[in-house]
Amino acid sequence: MYPVKSDTSTKPLIHVENLCKNYSLGSSTGDPINSQVLFDVCLDINPGEFVAIMGHSGSGKSTLMNILGCLDTPTSGHYWLAERDVASLSSDELARIRNRYIGFVFQGFNLLKRMTALDNVATPLLYAGLNRSRSRKLALEQLRRTGLENFALHQPNQLSGGQQQRVAISRALVNQPQLILADEPTGNLDSQTSSEIMALFDQLNREQGITIVLVTHENEIAAYANRLIRLKDGHVIHDESQTPESISATI
Amino acid sequence: MNLYTIMGEALRALRLNLLRTGLTMLGMIIGVAAVVLMLSIGQGAQSKINESITSMGSNLFIVLPGATSSGGLSFGSGSVRTLTVGDSEAIADLLAVKATAPVISGTAQLNFGANNWSTIITGTTPDYFSVGGWSMDSGSFFSASDLRSATRVAVLGKITATNLFGDVEPTGKIIRITNRPFIVVGVLAAKGQSLSGRDQDDNVFIPLTTSERQITGNQFPGSIRYMTVQGESAEVMDEAEAEIIQLLRQRHRIRDGAENDFTVRNLTAIAEVATGAAKIMSIMLGAIASVSLLVGGIGIMNIMLVSVTERTREIGIRMAIGANRQAILAQFLLEALMICILGGLAGVILGISGAWMVSQLADMMIIITFGMVALAFAFASAIGIFFGYYPARKAALLKPVEALRYE
Repeated sequence: MYPVKSDTSTKPLIHVENLCKNYSLGSSTGDPINSQVLFDVCLDINPGEFVAIMGHSGSGKSTLMNILGCLDTPTSGHYWLAERDVASLSSDELARIRNRYIGFVFQGFNLLKRMTALDNVATPLLYAGLNRSRSRKLALEQLRRTGLENFALHQPNQLSGGQQQRVAISRALVNQPQLILADEPTGNLDSQTSSEIMALFDQLNREQGITIVLVTHENEIAAYANRLIRLKDGHVIHDESQTPESISATI
Repeated sequence: MNLYTIMGEALRALRLNLLRTGLTMLGMIIGVAAVVLMLSIGQGAQSKINESITSMGSNLFIVLPGATSSGGLSFGSGSVRTLTVGDSEAIADLLAVKATAPVISGTAQLNFGANNWSTIITGTTPDYFSVGGWSMDSGSFFSASDLRSATRVAVLGKITATNLFGDVEPTGKIIRITNRPFIVVGVLAAKGQSLSGRDQDDNVFIPLTTSERQITGNQFPGSIRYMTVQGESAEVMDEAEAEIIQLLRQRHRIRDGAENDFTVRNLTAIAEVATGAAKIMSIMLGAIASVSLLVGGIGIMNIMLVSVTERTREIGIRMAIGANRQAILAQFLLEALMICILGGLAGVILGISGAWMVSQLADMMIIITFGMVALAFAFASAIGIFFGYYPARKAALLKPVEALRYE
């Protein structure tokens, strides 16, 4: 049932078993409307993988991302992140995990407004307990690696979309996480900038071995990943490794 | 994230919306300023009253002649001259009484050279000086021998001396009181107003005997207008009052069951009432001012709630990048606290300058103590924490995914 990995001895970074997610919404009649978004999702993601999750809107891909990112909790089923059962963790421990082990990249960038790029990148370090000057120093180094040191003192609204996303990626990377979760990171960008951002992800995955899970609905973007998972109405309908040859076959 | 860093974040957030921060702070500023101002005015009034009370002398009774009535018409206290110098001397011998000072008084015209001044003339005994708690500005009070020989000596109150002599030193000079020459032997130090508002320094004092025989005259020789009695100590005041009443009833041959033909007033008791009233006033002023502080606090809660709603997405982002609940709680609580502390500081400054202006413009006594400033400040901070906690908690308990989705 699970896709066969080339290296079976590695412990999976993400191990998901029978994950379900229900939303119950209040209605005008007073009876809650129950809508199930995820059905018995099972998933293993090993360290160093670059996974693309695809699906139409409403397929449950964003919900899955939020659960993987410890921003949301499943209704039933289990989720082990780096061999820890996430359901057993307190909100403080979850905050710590989001801070140290996960980096988020969003479609709408989600930078803090009216804060310089430098301070945006430094904020996760502040929450990790570093003092302000040390955080700024490390944040500047991170911006330099992402090629943005000249924009360190710009506020988000003074930057282009691509630059903002680079700042967001710098923020995601600054605590040296094992996992990057990117929710339609190129959704607001033109194709030229998109390929630059994707090249950056590709480089991070290959050179630093960072595990990347990416949600998209564009085939071109999904093509950068080496594994493709398709969701439809809350079910995993396709999950297999892909190579450049298999991609071109699909497209 | 340590407290210092969170404080920096809170300050930054306040700076981002300066107008709103300022307006919220205004509530705090006005509240704290009102508390400081009202407390300082209350304290000033209280100490002014205390000053007047101590200036009267301590442990005093005033004994007044009784009221008389004729054909159903009442003439009021002092309308008959039932008190005598003899009564005064007898009371002075009581164990619980330290001294007495009988007084006859009237008004008289004073002349010195071309200056003249109309004032109250008080005929009394040398004990008046100690009983009233006076001190000398220059010269001395008249003596017992002046009283015995009814010499023409006068002691001037400060105001009378200034009006009559200007810059000239009065002691040793001859003045005329209703055209009779008197030698000025001393000038009393200023005491200010009594509780009733009468200026105690506009007065001239002469021996009782001299006054009775030469100036005010006396329909009933030996009778006096009133006497001041000083008790031995504060503890024996009730005892002294009972002894005075018993002695006077006996001397005036008043039958059991008949009414007194005199009145004994305990000035200490009156003073206590006045101090009590001033205290209540100052508490009331403080309470009224506290209401405005409370309103300011509610304003802070309002604004913080709006701010939490507006910044829901920001809270979500912060949670996604690793902020735990305490960090979010601390950030919003500190924002509220900062508004209070900065507003409190400005309020203290405004309150003190307001108090100073009141003291200058209205000529009122103002007292500002470190205690009341600290109280207002502590109260403001407590309000900040109290009213800031609910919005901050609301922010901290947001679910990360819902906060992030918030538009």
